[in-house]
Amino acid sequence: MFRVALTIAALAIPILLLFLLLELHSGARLAISRYGLGFVTGSTWDPVAEEFGAFPLIAGTLLSSFLALLIAVPLSLGVAIYITEFAPRVLRQPIAFLIELLAAIPSVVYGLWGIYVLIPILKKFVFPVLRSGLGFLPFFQGPIYGPSMLSASIILAIMIMPFIMSVAREVLIAVPGSQREAALALGATRWEAVMSAIIPYARSGILGAIILGLGRALGETMAVTMLIGNRNAISASLFAPGYTMAAVIANEFSEAATDLHFSALAYVAFLLFLVTVLVNALARLLIWRVARGSGGGKGL
Amino acid sequence: MNRRVLRRWVSNGMVGLMILAVIVAVLPLVFILLNLVIKGAGSLSIAFFTRVPVPAGETGGGVANAIVGTLLIVGTASLVGVPVGVGAGIYCAEYPGARLAKLTRFLADVMNGTPSIVVGVFAWTLIVARVRHFSGLAGSCALAMLMIPMVMRTTEELIRLVPHSLREAALALGYPRWRTSLAIVLRTALPGIVTGSLLSIARIAGETAPLLLTALGSQYFSLDITQPMAALPLTVYQYATGPYEEWHRFAWAAALVLILVVLTLSLLARLATGRRFTLNG
Repeated sequence: MFRVALTIAALAIPILLLFLLLELHSGARLAISRYGLGFVTGSTWDPVAEEFGAFPLIAGTLLSSFLALLIAVPLSLGVAIYITEFAPRVLRQPIAFLIELLAAIPSVVYGLWGIYVLIPILKKFVFPVLRSGLGFLPFFQGPIYGPSMLSASIILAIMIMPFIMSVAREVLIAVPGSQREAALALGATRWEAVMSAIIPYARSGILGAIILGLGRALGETMAVTMLIGNRNAISASLFAPGYTMAAVIANEFSEAATDLHFSALAYVAFLLFLVTVLVNALARLLIWRVARGSGGGKGL
Repeated sequence: MNRRVLRRWVSNGMVGLMILAVIVAVLPLVFILLNLVIKGAGSLSIAFFTRVPVPAGETGGGVANAIVGTLLIVGTASLVGVPVGVGAGIYCAEYPGARLAKLTRFLADVMNGTPSIVVGVFAWTLIVARVRHFSGLAGSCALAMLMIPMVMRTTEELIRLVPHSLREAALALGYPRWRTSLAIVLRTALPGIVTGSLLSIARIAGETAPLLLTALGSQYFSLDITQPMAALPLTVYQYATGPYEEWHRFAWAAALVLILVVLTLSLLARLATGRRFTLNG
């Protein structure tokens, strides 16, 4: 009796996921049969003319997530290494606690803060400096809008940082102390010990942490919707507005008027789901290897 | 000798950079919390908690409907999400070798990584499209689905921490398996399970994206969960992206209330056990 009840609860997860896959697929069927894989490469998204292609959305999702990683990875790894290897013992827990608190802030609050605090600051101080300093690059040219690809990427970076930091920290803690001691005994400085003995051991787990952060960034909706400017075009300039897959669903779903429009949005959700499943499975595999202790030592 | 000095300088320089990273990382948190208090606290009043929104252009009004809506939607979600999550967690911890346990554990990780907006689309096609109107209940279903894998993973992890000797002692005394699980193992792990559940409630209380497609939001006070319903995160979104100055003030105040609810729940959860929680459960 008891076991039956537990089995039902445990079955809930596979059944729900199966349902999710089936429902998304059936919701998207109209768009899938009409566009097939051409949906991924088509670049017009026009609900009025009933013409749907998701390429700018997919590109916007990938670009904003990539930029977010570019900012968040050095920061979160720096913090993770500092609090596992260098920080005074009394500071370790408080720093980790503060940064994990960032993960507790709801996405919509990040969006609100982004619109009314972050964007004005970026527009006034950061973007002009970037344009005058790095303006020879095509990414930093053109007019400065508030809501833009770069603003959204910066807020995304703040949001995924705690996740990368927390997993990277766990992985670093799992590195045996003998690794560090051996390097120090050979005369390495503490930084050299980190680079030569600890990072190589934890490498695949750290990669897993980064990919997990990528998974978060790909699916993040509210803050990005509020900051990216929601313009369905690809431009080289990071100051220009863009669009992402999650943002288009949040913006258009409750206002979609035609079956094909719904179906196209469901198709976008279906693609987003597949991508995040792949990314997360990869991340779990990498973290799992370190946790089991078989991932390390290859570089030594 | 010179080389040694250089190496020490590199080491110290990198530590300096890492301290800088810590400062840059903590800065947004301080900034966000300060801004919320500065811009939100001024608009908080008794009316804010007891009145419903007024039409655009008028001043006054409150978010009572959204607070009640959030309580109802999140409460209903927890009624489903916590028992199912705890049950699945006990199953995976008590029968770790079972094929279903391995499958469930893997799929729970997949579900944990699924974007909440995708779960919102799922709840829309499953419920809203079938009954042909938005409802708070559809929102609860989406939130419950987000909760189950979180609760499951913390439950499993905590039950695993219960020493095996306790279980063996109970079995040796002639307890049947189910009583051992419930009276000994679950009871020992209970504070941790409460912590995990509270944390996942805190997480879903701030979810906005799935509610946009299900609960939709509403200007009226309503206790009927089968109809469209207001919720605090939706209020923050609608007012923040609206055109009026007065609305923006409201958005900050509502966001302050939301963050107080979320942080109180998270802190309570930590106090319940004093155990550090992991974000990826």
